[in-house]
Amino acid sequence: MTRLRRVRLTTVGIAVATAALLALWPLLPAWAAHTVAVSLGGGLVVLGLLILIRFGLVSFGQGLFFAIGGYAAALANQFLGITDMLVLSVAGIAAAGAVAWALGYIVRGHRGIFFAMLNLAFSMILFGILAKTVVLGSTDGFSVGVPTLLGFAPDPEAGRLTFMLFGYIVVFTAVVAWWVDRILASPIGYAGQGVRENELRLRYLGVSARGAVHIAYIAAAKLAALGGVFTVLLIGHVTPEDTAYWTKSGEFVFVAILGGSGNVAAPFIAQTVFELVRTFALQYAPDAWQMLLGITLLLVILFLPGGLWSLADRLRGRDA
Amino acid sequence: MIELAAIVVDSLVYASWLFIVSIGLTLIFGVMNVLNVAHGSLYALGAYTAAWAVGMYVSGAPDAGFELLAIMLVAAVVVGVVVGLLIERGVLRWVYGRDEIVIVLATYAVFLVLEDVMKLIFGPESYIAFQPRFLFGTISVAGIPYVGYDLLLVPVVALIGLGIWAAIHRTRPGKLLIAVIHDREIAAALGINVTRFFTVTFLCGAFLGALGGALSAPLISVVPGIGVELIVLAFAVVVIGGLGSVEGAAVGALLVGLGRTAAVFFRPELELFVVFVVMTVVLAVRPEGLFGKPKARRI
Repeated sequence: MTRLRRVRLTTVGIAVATAALLALWPLLPAWAAHTVAVSLGGGLVVLGLLILIRFGLVSFGQGLFFAIGGYAAALANQFLGITDMLVLSVAGIAAAGAVAWALGYIVRGHRGIFFAMLNLAFSMILFGILAKTVVLGSTDGFSVGVPTLLGFAPDPEAGRLTFMLFGYIVVFTAVVAWWVDRILASPIGYAGQGVRENELRLRYLGVSARGAVHIAYIAAAKLAALGGVFTVLLIGHVTPEDTAYWTKSGEFVFVAILGGSGNVAAPFIAQTVFELVRTFALQYAPDAWQMLLGITLLLVILFLPGGLWSLADRLRGRDA
Repeated sequence: MIELAAIVVDSLVYASWLFIVSIGLTLIFGVMNVLNVAHGSLYALGAYTAAWAVGMYVSGAPDAGFELLAIMLVAAVVVGVVVGLLIERGVLRWVYGRDEIVIVLATYAVFLVLEDVMKLIFGPESYIAFQPRFLFGTISVAGIPYVGYDLLLVPVVALIGLGIWAAIHRTRPGKLLIAVIHDREIAAALGINVTRFFTVTFLCGAFLGALGGALSAPLISVVPGIGVELIVLAFAVVVIGGLGSVEGAAVGALLVGLGRTAAVFFRPELELFVVFVVMTVVLAVRPEGLFGKPKARRI
């Protein structure tokens, strides 16, 4: 019963947060709206990592699918002239889904550090390909025009982040977060717990652990790709360094650990905190940014193993 | 024929380099079950420190000779002991017993911190310590001239590898170490100081990482970012051989060395792929690596 109540509570929370963000749009200054939208994009990638963490897996190369999503959108825009954000999003998701489906056959048999480092290796390969291929923009990447939605073009005077794009990202993210929450409470979500706790017992119950991992891997990849599409639409530019490079993947893992895996809202909260801190850190101490990340990561590992979300559980007096 | 000889020699040189930069990683994993991502930082720190020390010395004594090698060794020892001690006593001992992946994250955090520390100390410019590389002149093999330093890496690294193997399998502390590897609780119950073995192993691994960096300093230009490239490459090498196995690391280094050299000769654009293709194939056939032992199934 408690399980059921918590699922409903999360659904209500998502609906309230979505409505609040949409209602706040006229009041938000441009930088705040941009930060929120970028955080939702990054949060989607971390949401994918959250699924994997529920399976007891961590990927050090999620930038691979973040890049695939971003590049699929940028390439479709550049070479096919597609500007519709819905079509670009679908293109990113489809490309990442296909790649994850193929790579899944390799990674699904691995756990722990092997899983983590195999993904890192794949992302480094993609980074090498992107940075060295002239057709794919090499290290400079691509610019992407202002997107449209279902034939409506935004006012060209209004800048890149219009209510159309903001609302699209907020609503799309909310639907995806709700969907992931339901998935985690479904049999495949519980299979994840089985993979994490004791894989052999899960197999004795007749569940294919590898199959479950494969599905989770593809789902996480699609989420990362969608995050990549949103980020490219918001920033208007994509480069290998900002997507496939290991530092980006490391940031996603960092945010996932910072937020904790307690709830689908945790990645978005943690990503927003991360973006805000980064904005100030890059201004005041640009050379110590990675050091700040590293020290924070250590502190979270040592003193707050459940991440920021476990603070909420502690406040409610529940065991984290 | 000459091409074949060139490929063999190049592979051996490259494999020796791979072995020396990855052996510390597999040693630490084998004993402590810690995949030390900060190994990349130790390598980079070793390279930076050696290149800096050599540069300082040469600016005072332009015709410096073999003492440069001693300087590089001292640099590696200093980096290995100081940074190794800081990492093991300062961070790792607090996370022993936690999940494998949590420990990786902790070493990753250390890696991030050290990346910035290196940038703060050494700045963004590149360091080049080419002088030691020309100490041994050139040696020709099958009519092809090679830089002596590169060729001498092969026997030196082979000796280091043999030394490590002998230290583990032919000495008393080595036998105790094997007991610790097999079951640390029983080993502790038998009166073996497991904590001290952990610290010493980590220091040895850290020193080997720094030594790999110091020996590489004359071969490469030392710039920010060499640490992460190395950790990915070293990981591939030790995974192919089987994490935690010294013999495995040697075989992994040879396989990757051969594959990469062949790629450089015939299809240079495939250079990086070969490493990961070999790794993927080995992992697909033998998930524990060539020399790895499968874990017992726990129900």
